[in-house]
Amino acid sequence: MYRYDTFDQQLVNERVAAFRDQTRRYLAGRITDDEFRALRLRNGLYLQRFAPMLRISIPYGLLSSRQMRCLAHIARRYDKDYGHFTTRQNIQFNWPKLEETPDILAELAEVEMHAIQTSGNAVRNITTDPLAGVAKDEWVDPRPYCEITRQWASFHPEFNFLPRKFKIAFSASTTDRAATMVHDIGVHIVRNARGEIGYTVYVGGGLGRTPMIGHKIREFLPEADLLSYCEAILRVYNRLGRRDNIHKARIKILVKALGPAQFAEQVEAEWKQIKDTPLKLERKDLDYFRAFFQPHPYEAKADDDATFTPALESDASFATWIRHNTREHRVPGYRIVFISLKARGVAPGDCTSAQMDALAGLADLYSFGEIRTTHDQNLVLADVKQADLYALWQALTPLHLATPNIGTLTDLICCPGLDFCSLANAGSIGIAQELSERFDKLDYLYDLGELQIKMSGCMNGCGHHSVGHIGVLGVDKEGEEWYQLTLGGSASNDAALGDRLGPAIARDRVVEAITRLVETYLAQRQEDERFLDTYRRVGLEPFKQNVYDTNH
Amino acid sequence: MTQIIRDQRIVTDDWCRLDDAAPLPAAGRVIVSLARWRAETPVLKARGDVGVAIPSELDVAELQDDLPHLPLIALYFVFIQPRPEGGRTFDGRAYSQARVLRERHGFRGEIRATGDVFRDSMFYMHRCGINAFEVKPGQDLDDALNAFKDFTLHYQGAADDPIPLFHRRRQADT
Repeated sequence: MYRYDTFDQQLVNERVAAFRDQTRRYLAGRITDDEFRALRLRNGLYLQRFAPMLRISIPYGLLSSRQMRCLAHIARRYDKDYGHFTTRQNIQFNWPKLEETPDILAELAEVEMHAIQTSGNAVRNITTDPLAGVAKDEWVDPRPYCEITRQWASFHPEFNFLPRKFKIAFSASTTDRAATMVHDIGVHIVRNARGEIGYTVYVGGGLGRTPMIGHKIREFLPEADLLSYCEAILRVYNRLGRRDNIHKARIKILVKALGPAQFAEQVEAEWKQIKDTPLKLERKDLDYFRAFFQPHPYEAKADDDATFTPALESDASFATWIRHNTREHRVPGYRIVFISLKARGVAPGDCTSAQMDALAGLADLYSFGEIRTTHDQNLVLADVKQADLYALWQALTPLHLATPNIGTLTDLICCPGLDFCSLANAGSIGIAQELSERFDKLDYLYDLGELQIKMSGCMNGCGHHSVGHIGVLGVDKEGEEWYQLTLGGSASNDAALGDRLGPAIARDRVVEAITRLVETYLAQRQEDERFLDTYRRVGLEPFKQNVYDTNH
Repeated sequence: MTQIIRDQRIVTDDWCRLDDAAPLPAAGRVIVSLARWRAETPVLKARGDVGVAIPSELDVAELQDDLPHLPLIALYFVFIQPRPEGGRTFDGRAYSQARVLRERHGFRGEIRATGDVFRDSMFYMHRCGINAFEVKPGQDLDDALNAFKDFTLHYQGAADDPIPLFHRRRQADT
C-alpha cells in the first residue's frame, strides 16, 4: 500500500499543527463560528446532535493493521469504544470532544492517517473498487491513480470552497464495484484499441435530494492528462456552479442546466489551456505510485492444499460462510474474504475497538497486514490463503464478524440517521435491526438471493437509498417519522435510480411493507431471477398493490 | 489609516475605494467598481493609478485588454447563506479568478483580497496569486502574518509555484 515519504508526513504534521492552533484560537473566542465552521469541516469535524462527529479518511478504503490498531485505540481513548464505517469507505467517531480532536489528529498522523477534506465543500475521499488489485475482472490496478488524485486534491488552494462537496470514484474492471455512475466524477480506467491506458470520464452523477446518473463527457482521455482534466472540470464547476441554494449546488445541477454536451465543451476549452503544463504525468510519475501497489508475495502452490476441501465437506456452517462471504481471487489458492459488519443487533458499519484490534491481528496473520473498507459498510481481508480460511472463520465467529449474509437482504446499508445526525428526519438503525430480526432465517435469505436494501434518514441520501434495489428514505410528517420506499435502483453497471412505490409509510408498518415487497418478488420470480430483474420485468404495479392493499 | 497585509508585510493602505457617485480625484490611487471602469475606461486607463474591484461572477478573460493598464485588481470573498437552511458557506470563486489572472494572463499588478478575508484562508489565497489582503476588522494582523507559514510544502502547482510535488520525486529518483 502507499507509504508516506517525508513530504507527505510533513504536510500532515503541518496540518495538525495548524488545526491545533485554530482550535485553540476558537476556544479562546478569537475565531468566529462561521470561520471555524469552514475550518473544522476541512478536518472532518461536525458539530451535531449530541457531540462532535469526527470523520477520518481512509483513502480508497485501504488500511494497514497498524492503522486499524490506531483506530481501535482512538475508539477506546476518545470515544465510546466503537467506530462507524461509512458508505464513503471512511470511519467516523460519534463522541469525541472538540478540544481533544487535535490530539486525535496527531495520533492519526503517526500512522499516516488524517481527516483532511472528509467534509466541507471540497474534494472528498477518493474511492474505488474494494477488490482493487485482487479481482479477476480487473485490467489495471486503480489505486495508483487514486493516490495521484488524492495528492492533487489535498489542500488544493483553488478548490477549497467549491459550491458543494465533490466526490470522485475510480473503476478499472468489468463490474463497477465503486458506484462510479453516481459520483460527481466517475473515472473508468480503460485501454483503447492500441492498448494504451486512458480514462472514460463521467460527470454529474450523484445521490441526495436530486439523484442522477452520470453523463459521459469524454470517451478516452490519455493517461498523462488525468490531473489537468480534473482541474478543468473543477474550475468550470467552481466558476459556474450555483451557490444560492444548497440543494442545487452539486455539479450534477450545473451539468443538467448546461446540458452534458455544453458542459463538456466548457471543460475541453478550459483543459486545452492547461493540459501542457506541469500537471502532465510522465511514465515515471505513474511508476512511482504503481510501485506501492505491487502484488503481494503470494505462495506459488497455495491451491495445493489438502485441508480446505475436507473442511468444506465436514463443516456445513463453514461451507455456508465460504459460499456467501468469500470471493474468487485472481491468484489460485487464495480467496477474498468479506467481514460482515451486519451482525444481528448491531448498527450497520459499527465496529468495536476489540473487533478492530482482533481484525488487525488476523490481517497480520492471514492477509499481509491489510484491511479494506467497502462502500457497503463491510470490511475485506483480500488475500487469504485457502489453507488459512478455516482458522480465520473460527476466529471471526466469536467476534460476531462471520455472519454469512454478504449480498443478502440483511447486508443492508444505512446512515446513522436520527440516532446521531442533526440532519436526519427519521431513524434508520432501528429499522435495520428489525429487518435483520424479521429475516433471520438464513435459508430463506439465501433463497432471496442478491437483494440490496439501502436506507437514508433524510433526503441527503448518505445511505444511498436512491440506488437500493429497495430504497428506504426517512421523511418527516408533522413531527412523525415516515418512510418513502423506492424500487429498482442500482449503483452498478446497470446504474438506475429507484422508482417511488407510493405514499410514505408509517414507522410501524415499514418492516411489514418490506416483507410484502419480498413476498411479491417471490410470487413473481421466474427461476433464479434476481429481485432487480423481476422488478424490471413486471414493473411497479404488483408490488404496489400488495403493499397498499389494506385487505391483508 | 487602514493597515493591510501586502507581500507578507503589514503596511498602511495607500489605496482608497471610490464611490460610483464620487468625482474622480485629480490624483491619488483609487479603486473603482467594474461598472465605473467600463463606463470611463479611456480616462481611467490613461491614469495608471486606478484599480478595479471585480465581482466573483466575472470571467476574467473579459479583462484581458485592460490588464496592462491596471495596477490593481480587487477580488471579493464572502460568507453566503444559501437557501433553504443550514450553515453559511464561503464563496470560493475568486480563488479561480486569481489563478487565471496570474497564470493565464500573466497579470503582474496587485491582486487584493477584500470582503471576508480571515487569517485561516489567507494561505490558500496566497497560493492562488493574491498578494494583498484587506484583513477583516477584528483580526489580529500580526497573527495573520503566520498564515503564510501554515504549510511549507504543497502537492499541487498554483500561482506561487507551478511545480507539483510529484516532480520533486521525479528528480529524487534519478
